[in-house]
Amino acid sequence: MAVVDHVTTPSTRPTVNLVLSGIGLVLLVAAPFVIYPLFLVKMLCFCLFACAFNLLAHTTGLLSFGHAAFFGSAAYTAGYAAKAWGVPFEAAILIGTATGLGMGVAMGFISVRRHGLYFAMITLALAQMVYFLAFQLPFTHADDGLSGIPRGRALGFIDLNSDVMMYYATAVIFLIGYAIIYRVIHSPFGRILRAIRDNQPRAISLGYNVDTYKIAAFSLSAALSGLAGATKAIALHLATVYDVHWGMSGNVLVMAMLGGTETLFGPVVGAILVTVLDDYLAESGLPVPAVVGTTFVLCILLFRQGIVGELKKLFKL
Amino acid sequence: MSRDEFLGQLLVGLINGSFYALLSLGLSIIFGLLGIVNVAQGAFYMAGAFFSWMMLQWLGIGYWPALILAPLAVAAFGVVLEKTMIFRVYGPDHMPGLLLTLGLLMAIQGMFVYIFGANARPYPVPAELRGGWDLDFVFLPKYRVWTVFASVTVCFTTWFIIEKTSLGRTLRAANENPVLTRSFGINVPALITMGFALGVALAGFAGVLAAPLYTVSPLMGVDLIIIVFAVVVVGGLGSIFGAIITSLGLGVIEGFAKVFYPQGSNMVIFIVMIIVLLIKPAGLFGSEK
Repeated sequence: MAVVDHVTTPSTRPTVNLVLSGIGLVLLVAAPFVIYPLFLVKMLCFCLFACAFNLLAHTTGLLSFGHAAFFGSAAYTAGYAAKAWGVPFEAAILIGTATGLGMGVAMGFISVRRHGLYFAMITLALAQMVYFLAFQLPFTHADDGLSGIPRGRALGFIDLNSDVMMYYATAVIFLIGYAIIYRVIHSPFGRILRAIRDNQPRAISLGYNVDTYKIAAFSLSAALSGLAGATKAIALHLATVYDVHWGMSGNVLVMAMLGGTETLFGPVVGAILVTVLDDYLAESGLPVPAVVGTTFVLCILLFRQGIVGELKKLFKL
Repeated sequence: MSRDEFLGQLLVGLINGSFYALLSLGLSIIFGLLGIVNVAQGAFYMAGAFFSWMMLQWLGIGYWPALILAPLAVAAFGVVLEKTMIFRVYGPDHMPGLLLTLGLLMAIQGMFVYIFGANARPYPVPAELRGGWDLDFVFLPKYRVWTVFASVTVCFTTWFIIEKTSLGRTLRAANENPVLTRSFGINVPALITMGFALGVALAGFAGVLAAPLYTVSPLMGVDLIIIVFAVVVVGGLGSIFGAIITSLGLGVIEGFAKVFYPQGSNMVIFIVMIIVLLIKPAGLFGSEK
């Protein structure tokens, strides 16, 4: 559990962290001048999604196999609100986040009754139910998806139809989400969650209502996944049935595990890696799921701590 | 609603239930022996259907030999994966096994889509089983009756072997206390591999049965395995008999739902799962570990 300690306790090398964060911020600002902004938008949405997933995995040790339910539903509701009701950008994003939150409370209430394997299977099954539902509801347009979602203006005056502006809006949303996750993990609430993860009977004997805490963590994670899904739908003008598909749940799981769930920043690295791989392979004509699946198999067999986890071990950070 | 339609849906429900039974039985056996929930079971089911399709198209091997050969091929494929990768994730922690087999499912399915495309391929119903029996009160398509008969027979044979024979006793001993079983001179790793092969072959067998009924497609396994997970949550992984009964029961409930409320029929198993979780979280036949 040595790696965990570095996350839970203030880092022994604050200067290193500060320098790395500074470099990260500079890259975040400069990126759209070098790389196609819409690609970066997609990447940031997945980064946020993976971090939101990891909020649950890291603090409670519960691996959800159904996070696409929140991502996809939020994409639908945010997209529908923006398109059919013409609500402003911020409101659409908030509606998506609220969708994620509401579904998180409901799914959390059912699924935290079991843990480990069963939790994984239950979340997968519940998400599949949401997928079937999404296929049948009229406003999702089944296979065609919800397209032509307008972006509108951020804060009423920033025209998001410029891709660069959309990128910066997404970057701000990502930073807010990341800050919330950081705050939650380092809060007393986050410590109680980890106490439950490490020794549940003891946490119960200390008087904590374990299930309530888990549901809270689950809902928070779902809400932030919703935030990511809503932003993605608005930015790319599109919400599709693939956003609620189990493949999306699998993808976010792979991203987080590949980067390392024991670390805060790991999922970001994993998400970047998978998005780049996805883009690169799509052009070469190679089978994306097969390569991602194989990479994941190798990750589980060879470096289970994930890339960032292994790097931290290597540099003893 | 006519009685014909009602009985027809009941039969469809039993068919679905017998596929759930074959897959959840395989899952239970593998979980019992290896402590792994094999997500790739869906891929092996798909591989079973594909192997029989390939045998017919490329080698001219018909349905009946394929019913034996395809599960054997699937088992061999499974053993290769077990011997090279899956054995590395054995241990008290169940999650790595779940994650590894999820990766395998993605990889195998991805390769099949890459090679064969995502389109479905038809597989002809064997000549002996075309048509149906016209009883006075209902028309029974032969192939459907055969599917139920074959899978229920295989399920109960497997149950019998594991619960009532000395081979089964050895398998259960290896599961309960591997160290002690080894000290009796029994080759436990070989037994485990055999158990894995058996579990995987059941999925392959289900795949061959499914080929003429549905069509053969690389994506056929995933949708089924997710439903089977819900079935397993309802029944619990611990009991083999429980897995069979739960599967058949849920299949029939699903069949009834198709009659009374077709729009919701693909969700009814998940709804049952939610109800069971709220009332008896450990599952109908399970015990909380």
